[in-house]
Amino acid sequence: MEKFTTHKGNTAALPFVNIDTDQIIPKQFLKRVERSGFGQFLFYNWRFLDDESPNPDFALNHSSAEGATILLADENFGCGSSREHAAWALQDYGFRVVIAPSFGDIFYNNSFKNGLLPIRIESEQVREWLKASEHTSFDLLINLDDQYIEDPSGKRHSFDIDSYWKNMMVHGLDEIGLTLQYVNDIREYEAKKQPL
Amino acid sequence: MAKTIIEKVWDQHTVTQEEGKPDLLYIDLHLVHEVTSPQAFEGLRMNGRSLRRPDLTFATMDHNIPTEDRRTITDRIAKKQIDVLVKNCEEFGVELADLDSPSNGIVHIIGPELGLTQPGKTIVCGDSHTSTHGAFGALAFGIGTSEVEHVMATQTLWQSRPKTMEVVIDGRLNSGVSAKDIILALIAKYGVNFGTGHVVEYRGEAIRGLTMEERMTICNMSIEGGARAGLISPDQVTFDYLKGRENVPKGDEYEQKVKEWKALATDDGATFDETLTLSADEVKPMVTWGTNPGQGIAIDGVVPSPADAKSDAERRAIEQSLAYMGLTPGTKMEDVEIQHVFLGSCTNARISDLREAARYIKGKKVKPDVRASSYLVACK
Repeated sequence: MEKFTTHKGNTAALPFVNIDTDQIIPKQFLKRVERSGFGQFLFYNWRFLDDESPNPDFALNHSSAEGATILLADENFGCGSSREHAAWALQDYGFRVVIAPSFGDIFYNNSFKNGLLPIRIESEQVREWLKASEHTSFDLLINLDDQYIEDPSGKRHSFDIDSYWKNMMVHGLDEIGLTLQYVNDIREYEAKKQPL
Repeated sequence: MAKTIIEKVWDQHTVTQEEGKPDLLYIDLHLVHEVTSPQAFEGLRMNGRSLRRPDLTFATMDHNIPTEDRRTITDRIAKKQIDVLVKNCEEFGVELADLDSPSNGIVHIIGPELGLTQPGKTIVCGDSHTSTHGAFGALAFGIGTSEVEHVMATQTLWQSRPKTMEVVIDGRLNSGVSAKDIILALIAKYGVNFGTGHVVEYRGEAIRGLTMEERMTICNMSIEGGARAGLISPDQVTFDYLKGRENVPKGDEYEQKVKEWKALATDDGATFDETLTLSADEVKPMVTWGTNPGQGIAIDGVVPSPADAKSDAERRAIEQSLAYMGLTPGTKMEDVEIQHVFLGSCTNARISDLREAARYIKGKKVKPDVRASSYLVACK
């Protein structure tokens, strides 16, 4: 996976609470055999009108959100069904970071496993950024090494992250990559005990 | 120190252990099917990784096979998942029981039939009912797609040590009462979350008296009770079932295995974090009147009323289930018309189940307004 140390990008704003994984990737798109290619269906029911044309009212279709790589949302983002496809879809669409006051547990873990950085920031601050991002393009700089977000005024906001996940993101390791650091232990185990 | 079978199997499979981290657990058998594997194989390919132990991996297609005409798969994506599994198994060197194989079948049924499932193994599969294999004294549990890929690449999983629970079922079963009645009665008594966070060992006189097939039915539904896995210490019934099966060692090697397997059983005096009990004498044939396995009652019971609910949430759940099922509170379960009979789920579709069903329907006909379906493997 790509290493994540710092990232600067445009934001897209979804000022809603409880955005669940079925809204992120509706269930009719789950029956694929690929892990890639889910981005085209991201937020499908919101992004497109009944005639499949882009919904001009939806944030990702605003010109201010063009090329956005950072998603801003309100409380409990990614709640609901455990489908890993939600993280795949966001990443495939081009997002590298999701910032929200809180996340659904399984989605939060699935994000790291797939190289998407979820950041918890207190709700007042997120709501301020949501407002700023809604109608104009609004960049944020994320520094994962030093655990802060810099806004356009140069002000820095620190955030917490579990050291296990941070190590994985900074070194561009996925969970398998991390486990493969133990490959000698695995070999030793296999040599010692032939499985029953 | 006296240990439970859960602790013994866990300790035998711990590759590394560090304070404050989950244990790295070695996996002895990875069962793969067409629905939860395609993205895992793709992940390996995208990262240029190989499948670490094809010899410990076994695949079959079972989820997308139609009940009635198994050769005609009209859902294009279902068909594609099957085709992709064939291709992936070729590319990564995985043994596959395909549609033409006499071994093809529900993965949790063929694993034991082929003798792949054995006491003391750690077994995973991208399917929640993997706990079925626990009937043999294996530690078996379901995993998600990322974990499927993780096992393919490393033959291990990071797992935190589970809490242990014993479910002691003493007494003798009444006639007409089967294994599925036991597990439904247990869930009806203790709720759909009784096992949350635990690996459950089923013990006691009633369990010892069960055949392997019946034990599998109980372990299969551990998941409906919220448990991470469910298992039963192996005994002579287990060893007799395994003897002579395709993947089980023969001769002296078999005798040696039996010695190892015997040593796995929970020691006298071992302690569990939790204990639940159920008396087999009290278990009657069970049916569910609602939409989850916790909504089970004895066959001589009546459909409950929302007014009996102990909480608002339960009242709403009863109302919703009754509306969905079209049932009226107070109706005797014995008076509810049967519309569909299905035989063939991973809980109850072993040859012994089919024989049992055949015993009841022999010489009789299906009533015109009842739909009955099952697929009998002709080549067997």
